Amino acid sequence: MSALALERISAAYGERRVLGPLTLHIARGEKVALVGHSGAGKSTLLDLMFDKQRRDIALLPQNLGLVQTLSVFHNVYMGRLAAHSTLYNLANLIRPLPKEVRRVRQVLESLDMADKLWAPAGELSGGQRQRTAIARALYQPASVLLADEPVSALDGPRAISVMQALNRHFETSVIALHDVELALRHSTRIVGIRDGGIALDRPSEHISAGDLHFLYDVAAPAA
Amino acid sequence: MLRSPTDNSAMRRSATVRTSVGFVVVALLCLVIADIQVTTVAPWRELGRLLTGLVTPDFSNPAAIGTALLRTVAFAFVGVALGASAGFLLALIFHLRVVRTLCAFVRAIHELFWALIFLQFFGLHPLTGVLAIALPYAGVFAKVYSEILDEADPLPMQVLPAGTGLISGFLFARVPDAWPHLVSYTAYRLECGLRSSAVLGFVGMPTLGFALQSSFAQGYYSEVGALLLVFFVLIATLRLWVRPWLVPLYVAVSPFLLGTGLPIMWGNVARFFTEDIVPAPLRHGEGWAALWQWFSDLLLHEALPGVWTTVVLTQIALVGTGLIALLAFPLISRHFTSRPGSVLGHVALVVARSTPEYLLAYVLLQLWGPSMLPAIVALALHNGGIIGHLIGRRSNEITLRPDAAHGLDRYAYEMVPRLYGPFLAFLFYRWEIIMRETAILGILGIATLGFYVDSAIQELRFDRALVLIVITALLNIGVDSLARTLRRRLRLRHMVNCEP
Repeated sequence: MSALALERISAAYGERRVLGPLTLHIARGEKVALVGHSGAGKSTLLDLMFDKQRRDIALLPQNLGLVQTLSVFHNVYMGRLAAHSTLYNLANLIRPLPKEVRRVRQVLESLDMADKLWAPAGELSGGQRQRTAIARALYQPASVLLADEPVSALDGPRAISVMQALNRHFETSVIALHDVELALRHSTRIVGIRDGGIALDRPSEHISAGDLHFLYDVAAPAA
Repeated sequence: MLRSPTDNSAMRRSATVRTSVGFVVVALLCLVIADIQVTTVAPWRELGRLLTGLVTPDFSNPAAIGTALLRTVAFAFVGVALGASAGFLLALIFHLRVVRTLCAFVRAIHELFWALIFLQFFGLHPLTGVLAIALPYAGVFAKVYSEILDEADPLPMQVLPAGTGLISGFLFARVPDAWPHLVSYTAYRLECGLRSSAVLGFVGMPTLGFALQSSFAQGYYSEVGALLLVFFVLIATLRLWVRPWLVPLYVAVSPFLLGTGLPIMWGNVARFFTEDIVPAPLRHGEGWAALWQWFSDLLLHEALPGVWTTVVLTQIALVGTGLIALLAFPLISRHFTSRPGSVLGHVALVVARSTPEYLLAYVLLQLWGPSMLPAIVALALHNGGIIGHLIGRRSNEITLRPDAAHGLDRYAYEMVPRLYGPFLAFLFYRWEIIMRETAILGILGIATLGFYVDSAIQELRFDRALVLIVITALLNIGVDSLARTLRRRLRLRHMVNCEP
């Protein structure tokens, strides 16, 4: 059974078609890495996937969507807004509930961010902001992750541990990555996007970094 | 449940939240001691009659309505044009302390107080109305224009060739960058000018307020309805009939449409300055001890009670304004309403902000009888409408992530936290304005400073009136500087175009 299915979808900005028409099925349990040069349509593809389904999906957009004036705690908690009643949410906004604080702290500890629990998101560094958004996704009760460059602001070892955590936590994931090595290491399937279409779609284990070069070479003919 | 030290810091409230809670607590305390009641026998019947008047407007006397409208527009154009010209010249020398102080003082006195002063020596001459608008507006324009000019990109000025003249350097390197801001602020002040002009009718100028007052006094609610509707349409269509290329024409024609009023008695002017405003004990040569007695009596029995009531009412109205703004902004926010819904919201907010608080207070006072309630509701509705409009517009600039929560969760987690900073900044800007208005509402019979000023003038004791007006101005200046301190401490970004 497919976790996500797109049938002959396409996207256009005004007159200009930027994506598709393409068909893509993602089975449950797959960890898909979307690769391609910037502007190839990875983000658009993620948006379409989200629009198609919406339920049971944790979304991690490139610009994070943090509320600058709220604390890290509240931003992470926002991953569960839909899981609680509004009244509960309001109470937790005004006075953080111990139970939620404990659970959010656990998530933050795994990301080495527990000391920033009460810092306003607006006062964090770029990497810390990204980890806050990652924590929000991890806190969200969903089995599918759609993420756009989730570790772009993190250093090497930390990027690897975050990718591992995301793969452990979500049954199915589609992650756009510009770092080819990272993509190969942390996925079961690679989907290469080029000129708005799928130029490559193979299991990761059969691919080397060299096989992906053509995706980034705009002048070369498509394989 | 055990708490680690960091958990306790969780309860550490941000300075913004602490300040807000402080204001709310003060307002609640003020509410306890405030005089709030409905004293009329049938307040709802009166309100019903007014609403009936609004839906059955009486346009059977178009000449009277047209004249009132024409005068309102004419006074606004002449007053704002004079104020803007003088303000622009003052902006060039605004770095001088004496100019800054003078402007702060001039704009701290409400246009109705200025009108009451000018009435004493110019009488019911158009000059009274024009100057009552032009003078305080010049003070405001000088300050805001100079801030806008200061914020213009300094680089063009630095790269000017050596020897460039002062004026050409200014016109080429500074004004063009600031021009759009100068224009949009002046347009905004024109709208304020229309409201001021309408309200000047309440002290005898031939503008909308005058017609409104007489219709009200005679109980012609359908005439009241017609006048109000015409005024709302006038403000709502401002952008349609005030075109940049038409403005010079309007300004040129307006001085001839002010009406003639009554001739100025120049003898009155001389007497006002040489006799009327000289403190009575000095005028009668009773010496310094008598002067002190006179002053302390005035301070103790009029100024202090007036200041107290003014502050109490202001603080309640300020928090009421904040509440209304926070409740109202979703009406025009695309994150909460669909397009047809937001049209209705826009109409509601336009009505709230284009109705001058003085007019609104006057109407509510007729309906509910004398107490602080009409003033509080009028101030909160008008100012809440303005701030609700501003932060609603700002909320439309925010892009939420596609999976953001909906409804009340969205309101509490996504919108209010993002908008709270600008919201507080706007509210603190309006603080001084609310206080200035509170003082003036005294003329309607609520015991704020304006009440004592008005009574002194009725009794022809202009010396006392003047002292009270100066005290009012000092109070406004004090609140303004307190608001500035708070804005700085809470690091609320400076925004020129929302003031005042």
